[in-house]
Amino acid sequence: MADPERTGRRRTELPVGTQVAVAVLVLVPIVALLWVGSYAKAGPRLWGFPFFYWYQFAWVFLASACTWLGYQLIARARGQLERDREIDRRRDLSAPVTDPERRGEER
Amino acid sequence: MKGVDGIELAVLIILFAFVTVVGFAAARWRRAESLASLDEWGLGGRGFGTFVTWFLLGGDLYTAYTFIAVPAAMFATGAVSGFFAVPYTIIVYPIIFVFMPRLWSVSHRHGYVTPADFVEGRYGSRGLGLAVAVTGILATMPYIALQLVGIQAVLEVTGVGGSNNVIARDLPLFIAFAVLAAYTYSSGLRAPALIAFIKDTLIYLVIVVAVVYIAVKIGFGTMFDAAQKKMASTNPTTGKPTGVFIPPPSQYLAYASLALGSALALFMYPHSVTAVLASRGRNVIRRNAAILPAYSLVLGLLALLGFAAIAAGTKPIGLDGKPNPQLVVPQFFEDRFPSWFAGIAFAAIAIGALVPAAIMSIAAANLFTRNIFRAYFERQASPAREAAVSKVVSLIVKLGALIFVLSLDRQNAINFQLLGGIWILQTFPALVFGLYTRWFHRWALLAGWAAGMIYGTVLAYQQSSPATKHFGRPLDEVPFLHQLGYIALTAFALNVIVAAVLTYVLRTARVPDGPDRTTPDDYHADADDPRVQPIPELTER
Repeated sequence: MADPERTGRRRTELPVGTQVAVAVLVLVPIVALLWVGSYAKAGPRLWGFPFFYWYQFAWVFLASACTWLGYQLIARARGQLERDREIDRRRDLSAPVTDPERRGEER
Repeated sequence: MKGVDGIELAVLIILFAFVTVVGFAAARWRRAESLASLDEWGLGGRGFGTFVTWFLLGGDLYTAYTFIAVPAAMFATGAVSGFFAVPYTIIVYPIIFVFMPRLWSVSHRHGYVTPADFVEGRYGSRGLGLAVAVTGILATMPYIALQLVGIQAVLEVTGVGGSNNVIARDLPLFIAFAVLAAYTYSSGLRAPALIAFIKDTLIYLVIVVAVVYIAVKIGFGTMFDAAQKKMASTNPTTGKPTGVFIPPPSQYLAYASLALGSALALFMYPHSVTAVLASRGRNVIRRNAAILPAYSLVLGLLALLGFAAIAAGTKPIGLDGKPNPQLVVPQFFEDRFPSWFAGIAFAAIAIGALVPAAIMSIAAANLFTRNIFRAYFERQASPAREAAVSKVVSLIVKLGALIFVLSLDRQNAINFQLLGGIWILQTFPALVFGLYTRWFHRWALLAGWAAGMIYGTVLAYQQSSPATKHFGRPLDEVPFLHQLGYIALTAFALNVIVAAVLTYVLRTARVPDGPDRTTPDDYHADADDPRVQPIPELTER
């Protein structure tokens, strides 16, 4: 996927580490709930709820937590990307001379 | 039969009147210079933040039908036909977390209003856009009709509409409907967005009271034991167990495929896309994916009301004297709570039906305006003209739904909704795969869509149940797996296979592809990003 306007790193893509972490956070609730065999049983009961029922209620909260964490990871990585892009933009404005010391300050 | 309870009916009418005032006043909310464009009338100005979006999506996705039909299914046949809605509404959010921000970005960059707009722009194919639009309208109509079934259920338990005179019987429904149509026409998406606050507050209030009541007066253990006993008992007509309390291994696939198929289908519905596109930015969507499961909790608790009704010995008998499980939740509140509170519960269900019905009719109207009217009849339609057409079509769509309710057997309406899920899922490849890759060929996607539609419809038609000869259940034996599974998912698999094989053939034969009007950058554009402004050269007019 070569982008003619921007050689080098695509500024819109998230870091691979973040992508993998978010993918795992997204997949965990889906796999857990589609694997019906892992929870289709009566016991142990909790407050009168058979396991089958309370386990799925528990995943309402767990899935919500996973998605929220994924959102935080993306927001953080995007923030970093924005800062990088801003630095790029300023460097472009002051081109052709780049001042490594000033860039160091901005980071 | 019993008479009408005055207090109950009064509470219902007062709350309904209040909502009507709010609906008309909504036109002034977040006031725009003019409502004469689809961005304003149909998407509420595209500026809703996390909080409003949460209420709007919650009000949009968790419909009266959910509040009526899921507990009814739990009451009648147990977990596999009812409780799958809980995993379904949990896994839908990680799924939209991944792809919805991309659809939001590309739609904002190009001014897309409907999912079919995107498909048309991405594949340079009006035909494919038309297929997506027609599927959306087709699947939405019976869904709106089902909202009316929800209102009808409430009215029936209240004792209203018991007359044998056709006009008198359905008059309350007509009035509710005319009011809904009027404020949707004048306020657009702002009306359901504002009413959603009232709806959700009432629903949360009702469910908290109901859960406390069950815990104190019935006890959760007793409730589950009663349900287990009923599900294990033999059904005299079929000679098989009445229902499923905890799915046996032979039903795992049915349970999982109903959850997954419904989850994949939910955000293909035009009304879900409309509510998402009305939000302010990508992060609003992501945050909502994390906080919307709060409604799934409510849905799960409401589902358990079906079991509570079993334990409480609720007898849902319609005004015609026949048992009707759809009435079980209203009947439970009628029997067990004081009149004024039953009135609040009924209002919550009825108002809960109005919000999605309004959004659905707006979404279906937008599809017609953008992807049929503008694409085929008036290429140069101005934004004001588009809004004018949409407003009129929103009335026609509602009228269609009303005819649906009045002319079809209620059992049929429920089955048509299952069919709606089968249909709408067939737009998934063109829409969601299209957000990531242009590899699929437009004609291959069209062929895959057609294959999925025909296969799914025929298979669903062939299903018989003790109650009906056709469209009896959404499940059938999955080829090669020899277990029951959701027909929508089987048809979807066929759809993808056909699309992939034909794409390979068409690419090998070098059949020309349509122009792609989007660029890779479009899929990441965000709010307060200057790129989000529609660019005239890119927005096809």
